[in-house]
Amino acid sequence: MPKKFQRWKESITATDIVMWFIGFALLVFIILGSILTLRAGRYTPVQWFDFVIYGLAQGSIYALVAMGYTLVYGVLRMINFAHSEVFMSGPFTAYYVAAYFSRSSLLESHPFICLIIVFIVSMMVSTLIAFLLERIAYRPLRNAPRLIPLITAIGASFTLMYLFRGLFGTGFQAYPVWTIFTGKWVLFKGLEIGKIQVFVIFAAALVMITLYLFIQRTRTGKAVRSVSEDKEAASLMGVDIDKTISVTFIIGGAAAGAAGVLYALVFKQVFFMMGFIPGIKAFTAAVLGGIGNIPGAMLGGLLLGLLESLGPALFLDGYNIAAPYQLKDAIAFLVLVLVLIFRPTGLLGERLAVKKA
Amino acid sequence: MKRSLILLVALFMFVAASVVFAAPPTDPLGVVTIKPGEPIHIAYWFVTAGSDSTLGIDTKRGVEIAIDDIKNNLLGHKIKFDGQDSGCNAEGGQAAATKLASDPTIVAAVGSNCSSEAKPGAPILWNAGIATVSPSNTAPYLTDPKRGSTYDGYLRTAHNDKVQGAVAADFALKSLKVKRAATIHDGSVYAEQLANVFAETFKKNGGTIVAQEAVAPTDTDMKPVLTKIVTAKPEFIYYPIFVAAAGHITRQVKEVSGFEKVALMSADGAFSVDFYKAAGESAVGMYHSSPDFEAFGKVYEDFIQKHIKKYGEKTLAPFHAHAYDAANLIFKAIEKVAKKEKDGTLYIGRKALRDALYATKNLKGITGNINCNEFGDCADPRIAVYKTSVENVKTLVMPKKSFWKPY
Repeated sequence: MPKKFQRWKESITATDIVMWFIGFALLVFIILGSILTLRAGRYTPVQWFDFVIYGLAQGSIYALVAMGYTLVYGVLRMINFAHSEVFMSGPFTAYYVAAYFSRSSLLESHPFICLIIVFIVSMMVSTLIAFLLERIAYRPLRNAPRLIPLITAIGASFTLMYLFRGLFGTGFQAYPVWTIFTGKWVLFKGLEIGKIQVFVIFAAALVMITLYLFIQRTRTGKAVRSVSEDKEAASLMGVDIDKTISVTFIIGGAAAGAAGVLYALVFKQVFFMMGFIPGIKAFTAAVLGGIGNIPGAMLGGLLLGLLESLGPALFLDGYNIAAPYQLKDAIAFLVLVLVLIFRPTGLLGERLAVKKA
Repeated sequence: MKRSLILLVALFMFVAASVVFAAPPTDPLGVVTIKPGEPIHIAYWFVTAGSDSTLGIDTKRGVEIAIDDIKNNLLGHKIKFDGQDSGCNAEGGQAAATKLASDPTIVAAVGSNCSSEAKPGAPILWNAGIATVSPSNTAPYLTDPKRGSTYDGYLRTAHNDKVQGAVAADFALKSLKVKRAATIHDGSVYAEQLANVFAETFKKNGGTIVAQEAVAPTDTDMKPVLTKIVTAKPEFIYYPIFVAAAGHITRQVKEVSGFEKVALMSADGAFSVDFYKAAGESAVGMYHSSPDFEAFGKVYEDFIQKHIKKYGEKTLAPFHAHAYDAANLIFKAIEKVAKKEKDGTLYIGRKALRDALYATKNLKGITGNINCNEFGDCADPRIAVYKTSVENVKTLVMPKKSFWKPY
């Protein structure tokens, strides 16, 4: 035991010590802030519950998009920066379908069928864009040094953004309102939960579980896991690398398309740059949970959503900082820094394919 | 002796004549030379893309109608009107202004739309000698006496928000009779200064500001900040921000419990048809402070007719008339200072143009009397409060009649 401790003591550098100091300072700041806020008692338990629900709904959307980033990183070891445009393309295209339904009042008479059709259109478009992205932008660069596909991804991101700007115009469109989702359900006296939040959390969970089971239980999923563990060995075993990578992009694209519709249902506004910020947040969520790890992406997404929703109220309110909500992004990214200081591979930081014995 | 005297006089006359005829005019900041057949280049830096694009398109159309009204002929030259998208943020304003500043053919500029763009952008343009007249910047900072000489080339035909914030506060206290108000801004120069003017006037006249919050212009989930505001029990929320964020707030107010009796009010940055699209039915019953269109008179009706004929639709945002007046301000100033040669060449001195713009007095515009003070405020500000009805949202048409006026 002491020998291991001695080796560890020798391996510490000054940088590590500074990092831990920063980490602990942040931790103390956060805990103290939370205690102060809870003692001040400004928010009722019902309002804390509301914060949690908003955070989970927002986080579920991040989690779905984060899956695309983490899957592609797993098989190709690159960050697909164009995934934010895959996220945008689905709902933006499906808007025109939704608008048609709204105008012809099919939305009122058959809300669920219209909803399903909008989902299908969005997921199909996102999947197509993701598939074409892989074929056109990434496949030719499969053996290039790692920086090249990264730059290509950024270029592809801008290309897609301005392609959609040219197709659908510079302004934004607003999704019609589904009346089945307006209002709240009363759980018990004094406690209500918004219908749309419930739907988002439920639908996102459904998609995530489906994807996870697909990766874990099917043969194609096994192929994806094997390619992300060791590409050469997988191809020696007879796995079709090209097809598997395409499948990975398709899965990520479908998840992003579904996430896009959920996003549009809650926030209504879609325009050509809508994917930029959710894309960055989702990427952060994937890193937070451990890049390459699917449950990590889900956890990271939910955690990020909760932090954005609870963070300003819980951490900063106690210090009486003016307009703390402006700092919500700062809080989310500071927690990312905190996690990476103490656990550099992310919260669940293991590879996608390592299955627990 | 006599012969040399005659020679001397002849030489003197020759030199005098050549000085008068041959030397082009000079100007401390440079001269733009426009040869016959070349157009006078006026550039815009407007928000023509994104969620606030109605603001940019609306003001661009105002200038285009002004060009039509002078039959695209200024001192014998056509007008070339093009420009850059400025994005409604500081980075976009800086990028657009830099691109315009690198073009030596630009005589003057119209823009910007958002005050946060003008903060870095106006000095960049003036550094290249390009004066700019803004039709929709309203932040007090831009025409403040302490703004600095880098803004010497900046003027505006839009009102100063010192007026708009005060009108909104008076409306809340006198018409709605509320005593507790909350403000939300988005960190931009325009919103923050306007919210502060509102808060100061509201407090001075006996009200209480219960919360002053901020969001980012790109934020989508406003429910946490609204939950925080609801704990302070306001009766009125003033959120003078832009279309996207204002749309989210208006929709989500309905989803947070405790806001049932609270009045909502926004300002000219979100007074456009795109806001009705963004907020949907939740915008019904809310108020906006905006330039008072009824005070513009018959000339404004003619302008609207021209707009409908040329573009096939009604106006989209509040600043088209101000853009028309900004364009005319520039045209009149060019007419005053341009030196025209016999062959049609125009020489326009940059500093002379700027001085002529600043010296404009009693120019009759659609928005009222254009009178430029020494810091660039040229507007005749008249602000009114509008209320949104069900038809406005359904047909995507701005309300015509104002709900309340301070005079």
